[in-house]
Amino acid sequence: MPFPRFLTVLALTLSAWTAQAAGNEGAPTLYTRSLAATCANCHGTEGRALPDATVPGLAGVSAELIVEQMKAFRSGERKATIMHQIAKGFSDEQTRQLAEYFASRKR
Amino acid sequence: MDRRTFLQAGAALALAGGSPSAQAMRGAKVVVIGGGYGGATAAKYIRLLSDHKIDVTLVEPDKEFISCPLSNLVLGGSRTLANLSRPYTTLTKHHGITVARDYAVSVDPVARIVKLAGGSTLAYDKLVLSPGIDMNYASIEGLSQAQQQGKILQAWKAGPETLALRKQLEAMPDGGVYALTIPEAPFRCPPGPYERACQVAWYFKRFKPKSKVLVLDANQDVVSKPALFKKAWAEQYPDIIEYRNQHKAIAVSAAEGLLKFDVQSDVKADVINALPSMSANKLATQSGLANMANGRWCGVNYQTFESSVAKDIFVIGDAIQVAQLMPKSGHMANNHAKVAAAAIVAQLSGIEPNPQPMLTNTCYSFIDDRNVVHVASVHEYVAGEQTYKVVQGAGGLSAAPTELEGSYANHWARTIWADMLE
Repeated sequence: MPFPRFLTVLALTLSAWTAQAAGNEGAPTLYTRSLAATCANCHGTEGRALPDATVPGLAGVSAELIVEQMKAFRSGERKATIMHQIAKGFSDEQTRQLAEYFASRKR
Repeated sequence: MDRRTFLQAGAALALAGGSPSAQAMRGAKVVVIGGGYGGATAAKYIRLLSDHKIDVTLVEPDKEFISCPLSNLVLGGSRTLANLSRPYTTLTKHHGITVARDYAVSVDPVARIVKLAGGSTLAYDKLVLSPGIDMNYASIEGLSQAQQQGKILQAWKAGPETLALRKQLEAMPDGGVYALTIPEAPFRCPPGPYERACQVAWYFKRFKPKSKVLVLDANQDVVSKPALFKKAWAEQYPDIIEYRNQHKAIAVSAAEGLLKFDVQSDVKADVINALPSMSANKLATQSGLANMANGRWCGVNYQTFESSVAKDIFVIGDAIQVAQLMPKSGHMANNHAKVAAAAIVAQLSGIEPNPQPMLTNTCYSFIDDRNVVHVASVHEYVAGEQTYKVVQGAGGLSAAPTELEGSYANHWARTIWADMLE
């Protein structure tokens, strides 16, 4: 029995999609990028601060350091004018997601 | 396979976690109307999040972006409008966005076409509307005429009116009265009027110390940062600023320098700065998108900012019906834009929009030329209730005005302008 043509097309389409999905492996997902965009107002687009900025950039900073600092802001161990208030808005899981994203960005 | 069938095929193959498909997005057209904090951000982030695959046209009549945040400092005299202006050309240079310097006059949601004042039309797959607000001049008798004559100004969009109001203040004799009327909330920039009172008072204190700032507020109390503003007024401007609540302006006469209120007695002033009630810009109202609050604001699906009445049209910024505790601010508009941009990229590449978008807000207010206070909040989308809620325990206010926050406020402005435009 010949392989129906529409199935061939479907198989090819599916394999193309799979290949493409595989090609995106390791790239931050759209959801992560959109979550990280909530930090950009003060820390710069994709975590890249402006030259002579008074607020640090986050791009290329280690994930461990970001997670640790966010914890310190939340606990009050690290004093701040505003960041202690913002840090409390993000869960541990979101913080980890943000930290890994910024760590993976070029400075 | 045509575009739509292809998109549907893409949606059927939605990938977990949200990896967009490059093929599906290529050739898709997005039109963004309005180059303010919302629209410029949306244009840039649609390009960014689609890895520059989606074609974006930004429709904006002004040559340059001029920031409303910080424009009260122009009235105070510590900033110039040029300080607060940035070109749109970087959006083209850095991100390949087409900037159409024109007004959008109508939207056809069925044919999916935007008509421009210059006569041309733009077809779209997705439309972002960030049109801002209109002033309801008719809500205060006599205001429309006084406004057209340039006698009673609002200066609630930074630009020539900001400079004209500054000139009125400069021309006022020492010992004169500046009266600012505030409409009932919601209005654009909740802390804006109270910051303006500080800035005008800061100018008077140094150059016209016998003058007064009268704040005539239709609301029960100061709408934003009440304790911080009242403390600053009492400490820094005790003989200059006078605050009166429950003063809803209903009529004005430029010739007599007279303000009338619904209940309270009349007020005379040398410079009147009357802010009427506000609503979504007429492009949104005329397009049938302002379906909330008796036709004042545009209802949206908060997960994506897609209009609740028109498919493929996303409304962001001050024109929307806000969820609880969401201020009509530039920072918020920038965050709406990012959620909408990600949702558009998701839809055009056949994946589900982010099920749990987040928004942050920070509003800085200048008490003088360098001491600043803030209010901040974090908002999460709660799918079960289809709305945003503030994350409990997060957000808050400054303890007191400080110069350190002044430096952060200036930094915030430079960074968010770059986040929108560069």
